[in-house]
Amino acid sequence: MAVYRIEIHPQNPADDPAGTAVLAEIRQLGIAEVHGVQTARIFLLQGSPEILTHAQVHKIALQLLADPVTERVVVGHETAGAGRLVEVHLKPGVMDPVAASAEMAIADLLDLPRQPVAIQVRTGRRYVLSGHLTPETSTQISRRLLANDSIEQIHETAFTPAEFPQGKAYEFRRVEVPIRNLTDDQLQQLSRRGHLFLDLAEMKAIQEHFRTLDREPTDAELETLAQTWSEHCVHKTLKAQVHFSHHPAGLNEDDVHEHHAAGDQMEVIDNLVKSTIFRATKELDLPWTLSVFKDNAGVIALDDQWAVCMKVETHNRPSAIEPYGGAATGIGGCIRDVIATGGGARPIASTDIFCFADPSTPNEQVPAGVLHPRRIAQRVVAGVRDYGNRMGIPTVNGAVYFDQRYIGNPLVFCGSVGLLPRHLADKRNAQAGDRIILIGGRTGRDGIHGATFSSDVITDKHGDEFSHAVQIGNAITEKKMLDVILQARESGPLYNAITDCGAGGLSSAIGEMGSQTGATVELDKVPLKYDGLNYAEIWISEAQERIVLSVAPENAAGILELAAAEDVEATDIGLFDGSGKLTLRYQGQTVGCMDMEFIHDGLPSPIRQAVWQEPVLPKAVVAEPTDYAATLSRLLAMPTLASKHWIIRQYDHEVQGATIVKPLIGPGGDGPGDAAVIAPVPGSSRGVALANGCQPRLGDLDPYQMTLSGMDEAIRNIVCVGGDPETTALLDNFCWPKCSDRMHLGALVRACQACYDGAMAFRTPFISGKDSLSNEFITDEGKRICIPYTLLISAISIVPDVSRCITMDAKAAGNYLLLVGQTHRHMGGSWYYALHNQNGRSIPSVDLATAPGVHKKIAGLIAAGLVASAHDPSEGGLAVALVEMLFAGRLGAEIDLTGVPHDNEVDRDDILLFSESPTRYLLEIKPEHLDDVLRRLRGLAFGILGRVTHEPNLVVQSIGGKEIINASVDEFRRAWCHTLDW
Amino acid sequence: MESSTVRVLLLRTAGTNCDRELALAFQRAGAAVDVVHINRLLAAPGQLGDYHILGFPGGFSYGDDIASGKILANQLVHHLRSPLQQWVRDGKMILGICNGFQVLVKAGMLPGPMPQFDASDIFTATLTHNAQARFEDRWVHLKSQSSLCKWLEPGISMLLPIAHGEGRFTVRDAAVTEALEANDQIVFRYVSEDGTPAKDFPDNPNGSAGAIAGICDITGRILGLMPHPERFIESMQHPYWSRLAATATPDGLQLFENAVKYIHQSMAVSV
Repeated sequence: MAVYRIEIHPQNPADDPAGTAVLAEIRQLGIAEVHGVQTARIFLLQGSPEILTHAQVHKIALQLLADPVTERVVVGHETAGAGRLVEVHLKPGVMDPVAASAEMAIADLLDLPRQPVAIQVRTGRRYVLSGHLTPETSTQISRRLLANDSIEQIHETAFTPAEFPQGKAYEFRRVEVPIRNLTDDQLQQLSRRGHLFLDLAEMKAIQEHFRTLDREPTDAELETLAQTWSEHCVHKTLKAQVHFSHHPAGLNEDDVHEHHAAGDQMEVIDNLVKSTIFRATKELDLPWTLSVFKDNAGVIALDDQWAVCMKVETHNRPSAIEPYGGAATGIGGCIRDVIATGGGARPIASTDIFCFADPSTPNEQVPAGVLHPRRIAQRVVAGVRDYGNRMGIPTVNGAVYFDQRYIGNPLVFCGSVGLLPRHLADKRNAQAGDRIILIGGRTGRDGIHGATFSSDVITDKHGDEFSHAVQIGNAITEKKMLDVILQARESGPLYNAITDCGAGGLSSAIGEMGSQTGATVELDKVPLKYDGLNYAEIWISEAQERIVLSVAPENAAGILELAAAEDVEATDIGLFDGSGKLTLRYQGQTVGCMDMEFIHDGLPSPIRQAVWQEPVLPKAVVAEPTDYAATLSRLLAMPTLASKHWIIRQYDHEVQGATIVKPLIGPGGDGPGDAAVIAPVPGSSRGVALANGCQPRLGDLDPYQMTLSGMDEAIRNIVCVGGDPETTALLDNFCWPKCSDRMHLGALVRACQACYDGAMAFRTPFISGKDSLSNEFITDEGKRICIPYTLLISAISIVPDVSRCITMDAKAAGNYLLLVGQTHRHMGGSWYYALHNQNGRSIPSVDLATAPGVHKKIAGLIAAGLVASAHDPSEGGLAVALVEMLFAGRLGAEIDLTGVPHDNEVDRDDILLFSESPTRYLLEIKPEHLDDVLRRLRGLAFGILGRVTHEPNLVVQSIGGKEIINASVDEFRRAWCHTLDW
Repeated sequence: MESSTVRVLLLRTAGTNCDRELALAFQRAGAAVDVVHINRLLAAPGQLGDYHILGFPGGFSYGDDIASGKILANQLVHHLRSPLQQWVRDGKMILGICNGFQVLVKAGMLPGPMPQFDASDIFTATLTHNAQARFEDRWVHLKSQSSLCKWLEPGISMLLPIAHGEGRFTVRDAAVTEALEANDQIVFRYVSEDGTPAKDFPDNPNGSAGAIAGICDITGRILGLMPHPERFIESMQHPYWSRLAATATPDGLQLFENAVKYIHQSMAVSV
């Protein structure tokens, strides 16, 4: 075999955008001694000398790999001159989509068959750093910016391997794992060593089962149970019986434990999620909820013909280690969930919500084993961007929250919305006799133990131990698969059931689909990326872009043909056999055979203890600002509040042509929209509004009110664009610290209880949810960092008529500005307090008796065409909402704070301006609609603040009649745009 | 097939993702549209004879691996060269939007052969990474100025969205720009809101040479552009329709209507 190396350089060294971008990042690291970065792409080719001749290499380089106008080719390698060379190559076995595409294109170019691959390709990147830099600085740059250790190798000289690493052929050997005679200690060791992450009770249940069977389990059987019983797959905490007690502030810890142990005030909750979140949906029993909590995604009716489904997924762990791949596969996996909902859905929108530590954290404050938060943020955004944009799905809504406690556990929430024919809304079951067809990508060693890995606390060593849990996505493989599945759906569907391969891979997908019928799987038929995988690895691999179809035998050929016509791999790997057992076979031998009943019902469910004690909170002391305009500017510049345009514009939010209310609003395209609206069915005026609410800062004060605030915020956002609160569904995504800590579980119980109370009051059913309950990081110094309680509420709402939608930008001078809803002294957890490094204790509380009526009233005004613009005062309160509304519309306003409706306790201007009281709306009303609006608002707390002015200044009169702000809204806009303008 | 119908073939492959909205745009303009996978076209290239307009939709063909549009361009060059040459000789039209434009450029079909250069010297311009080195979704102001291009009247202003990472129009040297100008092949330039030539970001959203957003070949029948006219065929796709007094004119639609009209006139497809 001959190996050739090709470098592709920019022709003009000054025109190297990738190099310029890296240089800017190096400056961001605080390294001044680098004054230039030159990049080049590297292709390594391997083939037999007869095919891969020198002439062919040049042809490939010049006609295929290099752009004749902007690039030049070096066969071999160019010296780095005085600069320092850094090359980055993928570690063996890591997915390389560019290499795969290049192999195919080379076959086209040279008229070779595409399979088997005659000329193999690997790719790399080359950087030459110029300047006086030490080897240490160079290493720092390489490790922090240029490469990720978990998937990539750094070379300091030009890398040309003598030959490509080949997978070693696998020699089949059936492996049994003796567990029947293990002691408790040994069982726990086995669980840890084998990365099973099962607790002792679970290991003992397995031991008992195999003692009864009078045999030892195989490795594949043990893995099947570990995957199926993982927190990630089965959500055992949320489904467990919980003994919960609630205690007032001030008791000492021992007393609390004593009270709890004595069963004082003990509430026995049988199944936490069923008795709170599911229960609300069931009791509400709304006719437009079509399929809830039983499928990959929740499904609601759009109209008589169509339904929409939504799923939000967390993908935190992989994103902490390899943010690009982690985030990309997070969105990719969530999209697959939606594709495999009901009889198959077409993805029509994505959402993304992230939680990071402060991007300006000094390097020395970043713990060992953790990537810098700015780096994480950039790579996460790039991952979502590259996957979502390539899939052709608009990313239309999102948010980013910053808190130092996310430093070891960044959170990545990816949402996906799908459109499907209403008659295919129900979850479908595999039928006995169906063939098991695996469609999509090939199986490799990627992502092994992802499900079990995500169910444990992360440490500084996780990056090394779990690099195999990193998955790299290939959006085009998924898009091709989607194209074929939609054709198969249109022709029947040609399949009886569809499930994506997510956490746990084939073991979870087939285990779940075949739970009623049983299944026999021929693992040696699964197409592999490379040799060397054993049968257990094939079974649990979390390689991306795979879906399992259950297909009646007479339709199997049809599906295989559809796939083959578009270069999509589809393989018959077994049978849903009606046996009630899960049988795994490899080369004709049985390597696993278990009752489906034990797999799905054998998990022991111990009682969990949960305690909630109200925290003792210090009173905040904040003096009234002397310069309100400066305070407002500083607030707008806080990263959580600041403009996210740098992120939003990297996402294609308009592909599919259905985005009617876009994420960036107004003539300058820089106003922060409250919610996005898409009209997914051409010719129909019905739309779907998407929004989210999340208040992690409030969790420290009270998880119950935090939850209600998040729900209220999501609903307000929906209402602000013209969504109907009466047809709004919610999704819950909990990210919590480890719930074996009874306080954390207690906080979770409070949040779940609020979900029930809120859903019942607002009549907003939950339709889907997901949890990630071990978000803690242990530093190399042994310090435990728990994330704040984080509950993301996503809202999806049906918009009856998209032409009635409104946006948040101020529309015209002379219009009135109204604030609806009472302002209270709700400063606890506010961003105004955060600006003063305080938290306070006067937490915003949602009045469930009145709030639903307010939402409904405002929705009615908007539907009647009486509102010119509406915006939700949330983070930063009225002042921030007001100034956003004004700069989005390039207008100003004169405001009098005596117009703000408030309770008697409120006596300060800063409270009126910055309180984060929920259930409030800032409305802009045309003069001709004012009387009508005032009449309709009778009975609610509301006030007229002032009028919109042509002059783009914000002028605010205090309650004492003093002018406390008179400043250009454009200055505020600049402060707001600057922070995250990377 | 009815002779009165203008027929459009939209070519899709792995990673094409703007085919549905492009089909809708041509349908709104009165054409009949088929979206065909490249494998099916390669298996039976003769079917091209049934169509008048060939469209290359946006997306990420083959993931834009190697370079945007390159792999599909490679397929066209190696498997469809002569049917496509015949297509142009027959007086038919080709449209490439975004990734489709990238494909046409990388295949040497745009700017295509120019009288100023040798017939084989067809790779004179390219579309490369945006100057800001990242993907950009943004509405841009455009002005059409070519009398040669059959897709559009000159002097029309448009507001359209771009959404790409590799849309920076780059020429080999100044002679290419001069030739493009001399031949009237520059169809769209990015302009500022008041219609004056775009100088910097964001008016010129990717750093394109001469703020060039779209070009045609010397027949005026092959058009490629980075902005997405198919994303503005309804008034509510306008980025701030909610603050406009009157219903917004969907700027993108006229391009498709013009093309259908041109085929009716030039190819005697009767209405």
